[in-house]
Amino acid sequence: MTVEIPEIGSVTGTGVPVRGNDIDTDQVIPARFMKVVTFDGLGEFAFFDLRFDDEDEQKEHPFNEPEFQDASVLAVNANFGCGSSREHAPQALMRWGIDAIVGESFAEIFAGNCLALGIPTVTADHDAIADLQAWIDDNPDGEIHVDVERETVTYGENTIEATVDDAQRRALTEGVWDTTALMKSNADAVADKAASLPYTDV
Amino acid sequence: MSEGTLYDKVWEEHTVSELPTGQTQLFVGLHLIHEVTSPQAFGMLQERDLEVAYPELTHATVDHIVPTADQSRPYRDGAAEEMMSELEENVRDAGIEFSDPTTGDQGIVHVIGPEQGLTQPGKTIVCGDSHTSTHGAFGALAFGIGTSQIRDVLATGTVAMEKKDVRKIEVTGELGPGVEAKDIILEVIRRLGTEGGVGYVYEYAGEAIENLDMEGRMSICNMSIEGGARAGYVNPDGTTYEWLEETDYFQDNPERFEELKPYWESIRSDDDAEYDDVVTIDGSELEPVVTWGTTPGQGIGIDDPIPEPESLAADKQDTAERAQEHMRVTPGDTMEGYEIDVAFLGSCTNARLPDLRRAAAVVEGRQVHDDVRAMVVPGSQRVKAAAEAEGLDEIFEEAGFEWRNAGCSMCLGMNEDQLEGDEACASSSNRNFVGRQGSKDGRTVLMNPRMVAAAAVEGEVTDVRDLKEVKVA
Repeated sequence: MTVEIPEIGSVTGTGVPVRGNDIDTDQVIPARFMKVVTFDGLGEFAFFDLRFDDEDEQKEHPFNEPEFQDASVLAVNANFGCGSSREHAPQALMRWGIDAIVGESFAEIFAGNCLALGIPTVTADHDAIADLQAWIDDNPDGEIHVDVERETVTYGENTIEATVDDAQRRALTEGVWDTTALMKSNADAVADKAASLPYTDV
Repeated sequence: MSEGTLYDKVWEEHTVSELPTGQTQLFVGLHLIHEVTSPQAFGMLQERDLEVAYPELTHATVDHIVPTADQSRPYRDGAAEEMMSELEENVRDAGIEFSDPTTGDQGIVHVIGPEQGLTQPGKTIVCGDSHTSTHGAFGALAFGIGTSQIRDVLATGTVAMEKKDVRKIEVTGELGPGVEAKDIILEVIRRLGTEGGVGYVYEYAGEAIENLDMEGRMSICNMSIEGGARAGYVNPDGTTYEWLEETDYFQDNPERFEELKPYWESIRSDDDAEYDDVVTIDGSELEPVVTWGTTPGQGIGIDDPIPEPESLAADKQDTAERAQEHMRVTPGDTMEGYEIDVAFLGSCTNARLPDLRRAAAVVEGRQVHDDVRAMVVPGSQRVKAAAEAEGLDEIFEEAGFEWRNAGCSMCLGMNEDQLEGDEACASSSNRNFVGRQGSKDGRTVLMNPRMVAAAAVEGEVTDVRDLKEVKVA
């Protein structure tokens, strides 16, 4: 089966702010929801323990707010996605509806997992993010344009200079973020490498 | 950019190609898999009609969901049984070796790789688990990957990576009595922050690191990711080689040991290697470290006061306030005397034989406090058997600890072993995130294994150095 890998030059949609530094992957998706053999249906468990109390009653959380239900651009703060390597975290966000994340900084494995799903993780400074989050609160229906190619985030009258990691930008804009087929095409070189390493018996 | 470091050399040795994205296609020398993050990857492979390219370089075990009490099949937890069955089917179809519980070789993936000699210096090692950094203790380049990357590795034997900078963390001097590897790494994370290592690989060096046994080095490399660094390593040396020589692989293939040694020597960082950053920590000044908050960077020496949030960097204040509220601690207090309900000795950070020996020496002749439930979960079936051969199980059980089977257990609460309600847990694991140990109101205090033992018998966070008649190494 050939997999179509779309070029992702930009993402446009309404926003949802989730504030706080060091939001770890156990917050994004608690481990008990990882007892599954597919990623299907993980969307409803995104931020579960922050969204629901012991009686499964809704708590105050942006992902519960009616005005943010159609959002596709998540605005976060520093070190978002720290902790485990679980791809279940970006999978849950994606399946909830998130197509791009803008934040102060991201944990490395999390950002890599997002890239593998075609989700840009775009960074900007603290003040720019705070302004964006405040604007989203005031304009839940306002459109945000995350331009991966130009490394900008535009909302309302504002355009902020953002940063997209070079490899991520090229992978997304050139449509090579799903690397399986690309790397598979080097199978001969891989076999040569396997044979040349001192410790392999292959 | 760094030059002449182990990282540069192993990277170079494993480079297959430069991808159009600017990433490097890196050959993977060992791919470890487990039941939580691999089934979806096998599913993707099937969808694309691809096969496992290098099953002989792949090794499986079951650790995250495996029950540590009753392990009879089918598992009582249907979801766990389904995950286990799926893994069994996948490894059987692909011809991947599987250290399952019937082999006596099962355990936490980061414990069994080293003990079977699969983990070797100069290898690239990946696993769908962030604590894969553990294997760096042997001078391997080892890092955690997500499920889509697992698909890549299964299908191609390679992974797409960007090269990182190298930060040398030099820990000088001799550790004081009662201070362990765990305290070094908690101090590193406290100083450099939970995101201080993003963009870096950590090389741990210096007298205090060189004097550690392999298990101590593994504890340190294990928590590199808690400091934001995807990988951490120690240059291989005599201690490494002695350990390797005893493993299955080199017991079975003794000639390979001499054949490979020149390679291991060649990938050590050069004396004049260039680093992107160097940080020095005086190991002789360290105390046992405990966490007061909900990130592994929120640690303090056992005698030190919990910080006022306002005294911290601006971007840490909000997290600190929320953490102190969750943990119910007061700035200015020390953590000593913080009451605990549970003591957990386990995890890929601290559940190897020397960890259990040191903890056993603390509990011997004492009783677990009446208000505490305490459990030991050995890191692997082999660790368990070796501990039993020394009688450690009896010491723990006589003291009132439960002696369990191997697995990840209460480190992340994916099996029955979980905190309940707002229980506080003295834990030898690696993460104190809210909800990590299975209850969203649970409170985790990270510490070294001896400190867990001391907390278990006293019912509160205790400086193990103050316990009478305790021999400290």
